Amino acid sequence: MYEVIWHGRGGQGVVVAAQILAEAAYLEGYKGVTSAPTFGPERRGAPLTASTKISREPIRTFAQIETADTAVVLDASILKVVDVFSSLKSGGFIILNTPLSAEDLAVPGCFNIAVVNASAIALSRHLIKEDAPIVNTPLLGAFARATALVSLESIETIFKKKLPAGVVTGNILTLRDAFEKTSVKAAV
Amino acid sequence: MTDIQIVTGNQAAAIGAMLCQVQVVSAYPITPQTSLTETLSRFIEQGQLKAEYVRVESEHSALSVCIAASSVGARAFTSTSSHGLLYMHEQLHWAAGSRLPIVLCCVNRGVGAPWSIFNDQQDAIAQRDTGWIQIYCRNNQEIIDTLIQAYRIAEAVYVPVMVCYDGFVLSHTMMPIEVPEAEAVKDFLPPYKPHTILSPDEPRNINPVTFPWRRYDDRGVLCDGYMELRYKLQTALENSAASIIAANDFFADAFGRNHGGMLWSYRMEDAEVALTSMGSMATEATTAADILRDKGIKAGVVGIRVFRPFPKEAVRIALNKAKAILVFEKDISYGYEGALCTDLKAALYSTDIRVPVHNYIAGLGGRDVKPRELVEASEDSLKIIASGIREPKTTWINCFTG
Repeated sequence: MYEVIWHGRGGQGVVVAAQILAEAAYLEGYKGVTSAPTFGPERRGAPLTASTKISREPIRTFAQIETADTAVVLDASILKVVDVFSSLKSGGFIILNTPLSAEDLAVPGCFNIAVVNASAIALSRHLIKEDAPIVNTPLLGAFARATALVSLESIETIFKKKLPAGVVTGNILTLRDAFEKTSVKAAV
Repeated sequence: MTDIQIVTGNQAAAIGAMLCQVQVVSAYPITPQTSLTETLSRFIEQGQLKAEYVRVESEHSALSVCIAASSVGARAFTSTSSHGLLYMHEQLHWAAGSRLPIVLCCVNRGVGAPWSIFNDQQDAIAQRDTGWIQIYCRNNQEIIDTLIQAYRIAEAVYVPVMVCYDGFVLSHTMMPIEVPEAEAVKDFLPPYKPHTILSPDEPRNINPVTFPWRRYDDRGVLCDGYMELRYKLQTALENSAASIIAANDFFADAFGRNHGGMLWSYRMEDAEVALTSMGSMATEATTAADILRDKGIKAGVVGIRVFRPFPKEAVRIALNKAKAILVFEKDISYGYEGALCTDLKAALYSTDIRVPVHNYIAGLGGRDVKPRELVEASEDSLKIIASGIREPKTTWINCFTG
């Protein structure tokens, strides 16, 4: 089973990203997918997580993830308040929304790193909601690039199914842009 | 074509209620309500479901509306959780006593004090003796399928059914489910035929004060007294097992999914250690059983699906060969032990099954339950049994006091 924890702040689309990944993975032939928000109340702006589990067989555990294969961080400021690495497997992937390059990041431990300037890409595509860039879409692109677990095509199919018709194209272009601009540094 | 949707437990329940073509939905829409009734209200607003949605000021009133609707011949539905269910307690008795086939989804959550919004099964277990059939679901597929079966059962035996599923763990977790075809559900569910219709055309008094002894009515017919009515409700519950099993079998034929009737077994053929539980924890137990088997311990799972009527005969058969029985549950009967454990042991008392039964309380107030914790508990139990102790104290998993 492949486990992903999404870290972000209330209002950034963390839960939706976890759902879209689960649905895209199902399209890829994974019979077992689940996505869940943090259980409990949520507040805008407060750090929160959501999870996606992906498996070849139907999933028979709904327990919270202890250590994930991949952590996706929608807001790099989270790293100062949440110990993202403590719930990440050694050798796992951390995917970050940051203007910094993978080389410039000080990451403790043995992790693969993928970086993308999701905020800048979303802004350049006018993907904005309530004056903030919509960062979950570009990070889905970064996830596809970094892990190769789901294709852009599957994510785009889910966008067409779930999103209002008027915003599908903008999201698809942002997704593809982020896929291209994601840089990956393998664990040493 | 098969319609697979990736949905939360609440969405699965809402789709299920829509497929059952419920005619009246009544709910208190504020905490501890869930997105289930919100989704249903949208279906009705958008015209996908032709039903009357009655918003009320409390859960007590929500069930009162369902009782009234069911009394005039409508298929009625409501859902609630934790304190909402507790607040319905009086009307739960009233619905069962009136023999109304109402279906209620209980999204299982803990109860206060102190406040908790998180998952356990204390809310539903505390309603055990209200005369409702209680069915617990192990995943979101089972939620939608059980809800559809629930109306068939309720309307066959005139007993209300509570479909229970774990709050957050299932209610808020998305997973793939196969959505049955609307036409096929229509065929599966015959229209609701009320036992008595309360109508202005034929005025009558329902549920008047009933005296200790039987009495003649105005037409000279000797009518049941209170005790006879209670006995009939008890008999209906006992006999409902046949309807529950029949609904499950008929559903399996029609839709290709068999959820096991009163209970289900996993890898029990040669199992020496039987892990038993209800709801999503029973699903976790199947993963735990796989891990135990990888370690060379022959483990299996018996998932109790129906808690009332209690599947006495079925557990005797399912646990016939086990050398140790472990009961994991998300409730506590204060001053004794977990409610499931008590019933399970009682079911075995008059048989030759004389194996140790260990009780584990877990996951109260939303504390996460992981398969490895069930594995560790099982290994502990085997060590305790090997040391000659037959009945250790009820163990609280992952609880750091005392």
